[in-house]
Amino acid sequence: MELPDPYLPGAISLLDQLDKKLIVVLRDGRKLIGYLRSIDQFANLILDEVVERTFCDKFYSDIRHGFLLIRGENVVLAGEIDETLDTGLKEITGNEMTMLQEERSRHHNRKHDLPKAEPQRKTKHADMDDAY
Amino acid sequence: MLFYSFFKSLVGKEVVVELKNDVCLHGTLHSVDQYLNMNLHETQVTDQDRFPHLIAVKNAFIRGSVVRYVQLPEDQVDTGLLADASRKSWPITEIDFLNIVML
Repeated sequence: MELPDPYLPGAISLLDQLDKKLIVVLRDGRKLIGYLRSIDQFANLILDEVVERTFCDKFYSDIRHGFLLIRGENVVLAGEIDETLDTGLKEITGNEMTMLQEERSRHHNRKHDLPKAEPQRKTKHADMDDAY
Repeated sequence: MLFYSFFKSLVGKEVVVELKNDVCLHGTLHSVDQYLNMNLHETQVTDQDRFPHLIAVKNAFIRGSVVRYVQLPEDQVDTGLLADASRKSWPITEIDFLNIVML
């Protein structure tokens, strides 16, 4: 399906990814996996059956979110996942992931002699990109 | 529009895109748009251990606003041409750029 250029100028390359399972990386570091249902020129995305996947070492853990609209300015990248590929990562539960992350950050802090744990996510400042 | 045209001339070439979140993606430039959003095919993350979530990603849509650098092979770029095009200033149209490239 080819739409003429004036339509969706900013995200036309995502049209091929509709109804495909994508991993979307957000500016705050979150990774969302879901089926791409809809897009617009700002790369705002509608994702279905969304799972938020947290990674730590060789493990990952999922949180289900359902149906989401993501504002385009928060999107870093959207990639089609090759499900046949074995990533070598093991799934663990949410509780195990929290404990693993706490252990990692405590270990990290002890190494670097910090008074308290650093926050896991960094928010990026808003940029003036939407006014092109 | 100048760099849009420039990237369009690089479609099919291998590039490394460094993002503002420090991820480096190696891949073939498949398409680009006016916001310099890019589509990379056969994507590989340069540092797989730090970014395990990208191991299974083959094709990536990258939003233009998150790109820090695009690393290009030197022999693919005619810097003289690029400098000339820039000097002719921003009203340059895509047709002009393509004419310069072709001749």
